[in-house]
Amino acid sequence: MRHHYVLHVVAKLLIPFIVMFALYVQFHGDFGPGGGFQAGVIFAAGVILYAIIFGLEAARQVVPMPLVRLLVAAGVLLFAGTGVAGLVLDGNYLNYSVLAHDPVHGQHLGIMLIEFGVGTTVAAVMILIFFAFAGRGR
Amino acid sequence: MLLFFLAVTAVAIVRLRSLFAVVMLSGMYSLLAAGIFVQLDAVDVAFTEAAVGAGISTVLMLSTLALTTRLEKIPTYMPIVPLLVVVATGAALIYGSLDMPHYGDPEAPIHKHVVPRYLEQSPEEVGVPNVVTAVLASYRGFDTLGEVTVIFTAGIGVLVLIGGGRRQRRRSSEGGRGSTGGPA
Repeated sequence: MRHHYVLHVVAKLLIPFIVMFALYVQFHGDFGPGGGFQAGVIFAAGVILYAIIFGLEAARQVVPMPLVRLLVAAGVLLFAGTGVAGLVLDGNYLNYSVLAHDPVHGQHLGIMLIEFGVGTTVAAVMILIFFAFAGRGR
Repeated sequence: MLLFFLAVTAVAIVRLRSLFAVVMLSGMYSLLAAGIFVQLDAVDVAFTEAAVGAGISTVLMLSTLALTTRLEKIPTYMPIVPLLVVVATGAALIYGSLDMPHYGDPEAPIHKHVVPRYLEQSPEEVGVPNVVTAVLASYRGFDTLGEVTVIFTAGIGVLVLIGGGRRQRRRSSEGGRGSTGGPA
């Protein structure tokens, strides 16, 4: 793909917006459609587009494999850890109302945390699967 | 109309032998399904379908094609038994759908169970304007945790099977295994 200048330029223009849109979907999921799952997939799509246009090695420098592997587990741990935090603070598992003084604020905080966990794991797994498949071909 | 296109795409997917075209058509199928979900006011589901079905899975299928072959093998037998199973299952499903309540029927059982509480109480209890997020993340947090764990497990499975590290790749090429066996 070295000589496809149009693709290079268009991808360079698009990728910041894709990542920005992913973050918007991630943190605006409480108010509009979307949430961690969709945001993770969109973020992964941005990285995969980068890998397709600029090559796998360049993408691996941007998003190193050890980091991706770490994030796969970190997302699930954040989700489960939020549940344990509710347990420690005298509530039930995954009860976010006890996370803050005001139950509704606690719910907001809990939902934001677990959505972030979902987004992290989904994005990391999608990138991981793509890297694994694409890396095997060469 | 969208359903008609959906059916046409499905038939084309079954008929075609070129797997490249099949992957592209399945992407179209997902996009059409997303359109149907939008019409049913399920924007969150449509969002997921468009992103996952039409986006990521197409890319993953294409990278799988790059590892395997582009043409489907011609079957050496007539698939009579699978055809019978599919027809019987389809007939049973259609028969079952005859008893379902009409679309949008307010008296349907699903609208009587926990939905009124979710719709009426979630602004006070959770305080999140998007009820879908409130249900997914708060009321049904355990289910979502399970879903994330499934995705996590899938990622680990791919990592173990076809490997991300150099060490695993060398071992699989020496032993001549790695792509065979093992639950997916």
